[in-house]
Amino acid sequence: MIHTLSVLIENKPGALARVSQMFARRGYNIESLAVGPTERPDVSRITLRVDCAQGSLEQIEKQMHKLVNVLRVRELTRGEAVERELALISVNAPPERRGELIALAEVFNARVADLGPDALVFEIVGRPEELDSFEELVRPHGVKELARTGRIGLSRASVATPQRRQRV
Amino acid sequence: MVTTGAGAILRSLEAEGVEVAFGLPGGAILPTYDAWALGTTVRHVLARHEQGAGHMAEGYARASGRVGVAVATSGPGATNLVTPIADAWMDSTPLVCITGQVRSSLIGTDAFQECDITGVTMPIVKHSWLVQDVEELPSVMKAAFHLARTGRCGPVLVDVPRDVQEAALEFRYPDEVDLPGWRPPERGHPRQIAAAADRIAVAERPVLYVGGGTLNAEACGELRALAEGGRLPVVTTLMAKGAFPETHELHFGWPGMHGPKWSNWAMNKCDLLVAVGARFDDRVTGKLAGFAPGVEVIHLDVDAAEIGKLRRADVPVVGPLKPVLRELGAALAARLDGRPPRTEPWLRQLEEWREQFPLRYGESGDTLKPQRVLETLQELTASRNDVIWTTGVGQHQMWAMQYLLCDRPRSFITSGGLGTMGYGLPAAVGAKAARPDATVVCVDGDGCFQMTCQELATAVLENLPIVTVIVNNGYLGMVQQWQNMFFGERLSQVHLTNAVPNYAALAEAYGALGLTVNTEDELEPALEEALASGRTAVVDARVCDRQEVFPMIPAGAAALDLVEYEEKAGLVS
Repeated sequence: MIHTLSVLIENKPGALARVSQMFARRGYNIESLAVGPTERPDVSRITLRVDCAQGSLEQIEKQMHKLVNVLRVRELTRGEAVERELALISVNAPPERRGELIALAEVFNARVADLGPDALVFEIVGRPEELDSFEELVRPHGVKELARTGRIGLSRASVATPQRRQRV
Repeated sequence: MVTTGAGAILRSLEAEGVEVAFGLPGGAILPTYDAWALGTTVRHVLARHEQGAGHMAEGYARASGRVGVAVATSGPGATNLVTPIADAWMDSTPLVCITGQVRSSLIGTDAFQECDITGVTMPIVKHSWLVQDVEELPSVMKAAFHLARTGRCGPVLVDVPRDVQEAALEFRYPDEVDLPGWRPPERGHPRQIAAAADRIAVAERPVLYVGGGTLNAEACGELRALAEGGRLPVVTTLMAKGAFPETHELHFGWPGMHGPKWSNWAMNKCDLLVAVGARFDDRVTGKLAGFAPGVEVIHLDVDAAEIGKLRRADVPVVGPLKPVLRELGAALAARLDGRPPRTEPWLRQLEEWREQFPLRYGESGDTLKPQRVLETLQELTASRNDVIWTTGVGQHQMWAMQYLLCDRPRSFITSGGLGTMGYGLPAAVGAKAARPDATVVCVDGDGCFQMTCQELATAVLENLPIVTVIVNNGYLGMVQQWQNMFFGERLSQVHLTNAVPNYAALAEAYGALGLTVNTEDELEPALEEALASGRTAVVDARVCDRQEVFPMIPAGAAALDLVEYEEKAGLVS
């Protein structure tokens, strides 16, 4: 089962390497990983996805807690978190197909980020599943290049006190 | 006080109360060695190889309970420390390694003797720092020592570029550490401790499975009080040898691959297994699925990540073992409320098994038996006050576990998790530096000895006299045993010969006492001479070859399928 973890780390050299290295060393494969700044300049947030059993997830969380640069580890459970991802997709778009593609993009609230003689670059932000659907629909037109950020997430504001995972 | 980065390193060591550091200088660490020349209270023991320095620091840490310090230069100096760092990581030995690094301006340019040692060691340290600003150095040193010895002990590395060692700073050693991400547990959860006491109080066949964490926690007194209060039998792992007195009536040996049958039966036929600072290592459990089937498990450990890693714990208790064991002992006493524990029939059963399946070996023939060497060492040192044993890794190590009896904590120092051949001799040097009045004996194999024997020079010249007894069968004995048992007796690249080198002559070349033993008659006088000499001595005990270590749980087999003795003629003669 795929789990999403939200990890706060100290913004220090090598901190990300220590986290990703721990996954490699213990034999877990990271499905996606996004890292960036938070509201605190000395703290970064990693959102990462890992495909593993529940027992392995507990082991991963415990091992991550042992890393000195790791400040907090939380699982973002479905329904309790807001998750977003951004994608840039360069699609074959000869002039006669542009209209169709742009109409499609409007349905998904995707934006045209760049326009060339025979290609379009779309920018889309949304839930990762929405990005999957959009990608699926433009694929028949010919995707030249694609870049996705990997998902980022936060606990929902409506979840008053986020349940902290019980540490045994 | 205005000083340099190098001065700050020495002042930090002094502030931490470090008595001795082990190392070897080189280009990128020159300023720090200059600071040594300018004066410090920290003794420097000059090793002949950085691996030796690292193992010395480990031996020092394990003998003293303090943090070991190793110093090396950049590049090859630092990579030579990798094996000791990995060893300390596996055995949770508190270690601070300080390495020189090339100048900041050269980092990343493949400069002479440059190596990304923080990158190389990342999977095997608790944490590491590449110090880029001299102002950070005091707080990094403070954090390094704090981290090495708190929570689960282990190695840390501080990599200091040469220009940072040379830069000036106003030195002040911080009072507090600034490690927001490091919060080891301060005590066990009272509800979990109560639950553990509930189960122990009603168990009929409990066993305390004691690991090396007990020694690191300095919790041996609390362990003993718990065992005696509840009349609980104790087995100690290789790493915990000495954590509970081995001549005590409640001690029932050592579990695992070469543990006696009665120890393994105790672990596997109990109804309640209480793991104390132990980690269910594969060498202890054998095939995990077949280990202690149906047995309820209480797991006490300071490291939450060990709990449930390999074996599910019915009652997990995360916390430092000293208060946890003390509170558990008190909670158990309250539940027993003066009633005798229910364990007496179980203890009688364990004693019966011990009588029924004693350790034994073939005594026929004129050749010296390796087990006899260990038995004789035990007899000759039994009356000595303070004996520290160190070992290499292999057959001799397993015989040392079986035949030496350690009644005191920190009296048996060995490489358990990593299985580092060559560990014993330098570890002995470090142990002697920690406890100069102790009799320090390294039980070594001929293969192991040749990996680090250059440190004889360190022992002799630094006046750290140790006795090394080589159980010399002329083979990489344990590998030979596996080839014999599991590879159709096809011996492949394991024959070292017992005469090259001439170990006694080699010892003499280093200024040590060298003695050769060929027969059982020569054994006792030679060992006595070495022990009485007060010098660094090497006793080359040429034992019969092709002797196997038994009992044995074959790799991948369940502990209950232990092979007690190889009856095949020729293996046990």
